[in-house]
Amino acid sequence: MTWDLRGKTAIVGAATAHLGEAPGYSHMEIAAAAARAALADAGLTLKDVDGLFAVSMHSVFPALTYAEYLGIQPRFSEATIVGGSSAVIQMLHAALALENGQCDVALIVYGSNQRSASGKLHSPSGAENLPYEKPYKLRSPIAGYAMSAARHMHDYGTTREQLAEVAVAARMWAAMNPEAFMRDPLTAADVLGSRLVCDPLTVRDCCLVTDGGGAVVMTRADRARDLRKDPVYLLGCAGGHTHRQYSMMPTLTTTAAVQSGRAAFAMAGLTPAEVDVVQVYDAFTINAVMLLEDLGFCPKGEGGAFVGDGRLRPGGALPFNTYGGGLSCTHPGMLGIFTTIEAVRQLRGECGERQVAGATVGLAHGNGGMFAHESTALLGTGATL
Amino acid sequence: MSEQGPDATYFAYLAAKDWRIPKCRGCGAHVFQPRIMCPSCGGEAFDWVAPTGAGVVHSTTVVRRRPADGGDYNVALIDLAEGVRMMSRVEGVEPAAVEIGMPVTARLVDQDGDTIVVFDPAADGEGGR
Repeated sequence: MTWDLRGKTAIVGAATAHLGEAPGYSHMEIAAAAARAALADAGLTLKDVDGLFAVSMHSVFPALTYAEYLGIQPRFSEATIVGGSSAVIQMLHAALALENGQCDVALIVYGSNQRSASGKLHSPSGAENLPYEKPYKLRSPIAGYAMSAARHMHDYGTTREQLAEVAVAARMWAAMNPEAFMRDPLTAADVLGSRLVCDPLTVRDCCLVTDGGGAVVMTRADRARDLRKDPVYLLGCAGGHTHRQYSMMPTLTTTAAVQSGRAAFAMAGLTPAEVDVVQVYDAFTINAVMLLEDLGFCPKGEGGAFVGDGRLRPGGALPFNTYGGGLSCTHPGMLGIFTTIEAVRQLRGECGERQVAGATVGLAHGNGGMFAHESTALLGTGATL
Repeated sequence: MSEQGPDATYFAYLAAKDWRIPKCRGCGAHVFQPRIMCPSCGGEAFDWVAPTGAGVVHSTTVVRRRPADGGDYNVALIDLAEGVRMMSRVEGVEPAAVEIGMPVTARLVDQDGDTIVVFDPAADGEGGR
């Protein structure tokens, strides 16, 4: 049996902090600023937090580090580290803990100063010995994504132009987001003509490297209705993973998003056609193509043509990464919290110029490692209950 | 080489210039990366066998690097004739000339004090599968 979690919990607070460049700030300060802002968004304070869901690239003990810094002693803590996917799958863990009474207010928090860190504020991300891959100097993570892109192009005829369209669409959305790091116009020719990093991907196929933090606050649905903002309900959430080392990925062109998407949609009782706004983890342009396929928005192998027709652009058929995504808004190492925050903001109608009118169902997707861990959350307004 | 785990066994063979991978005595599957149990059948007994060295490029990339830092280099995933995949690189051709589907042949080289497996494009009639 599965526990029916649909609509039982909700996101009641969401915030970003220090997106872009934050020289002089530690990762803890950035994470704490996001936590403080997300709690204020909910009308709650740190004293209310009794469940902590922390993730970091800079600490091997993120729950301990962030709880100590925030001055809280939560009764339930976890620090699932599955890369950029973590914050999305932590919503499932938070929902389970909330529903089971292990906590009443769950804080999911992330922060990084990876762009600006120097001196005493620099905390290198943990190095894991991977002796079978290390001699070949894989430039991680981009070289893995590049080999998936190469294989997708080989197997399905996906083109560089189609990949470039993902970056072009992301930039068009970013132009409408005051928080976005890169907002200047970008053309497919710009993407194709920029510096190759790992063939076939150029620097404009790659996400930004920024600082930034994000946090979301969750409660059970009954309490959510009494808080400051309209609740955004967790309708479905699921994860899956296929490997740790890129060379162990079973099929380079198919991810565990097949599993996470299927399970999340089943929990939510929804289909891809019912999603109003989709926030896919775009660490690289190939991510959007493969993840939209795996999540069921188009058949496997057709992702290139699917994204290539302009449907991801503002005004297109599939509002996508409406904040500009990792490609143009922000990418402080792990993006999952940010796909979630943008989905929340869209469902609340807080997105100003880039608002997708009448959005009631949003999808937030996380991706970790090199297509290793995938997590999918379906979020909805009160109208979806 | 029995009183150690399969990781140490693998690297000890390589250090002796003898490339071997485990083959499960239970189901016959070659296992890579080496494990204490066969991911196919759960078997725990292995024979350490020498791969034929024949492989095919499954995917490839060129890591672009400034000439001053050593220049561009290849990283590839190679499907071995034994049915397993490994990360490596293809040498002997320009990094960008390495193609998916290219038959390749393994060669042991020394790098930073370790023996590692790299691949060369197969001569006509060799390699591949």
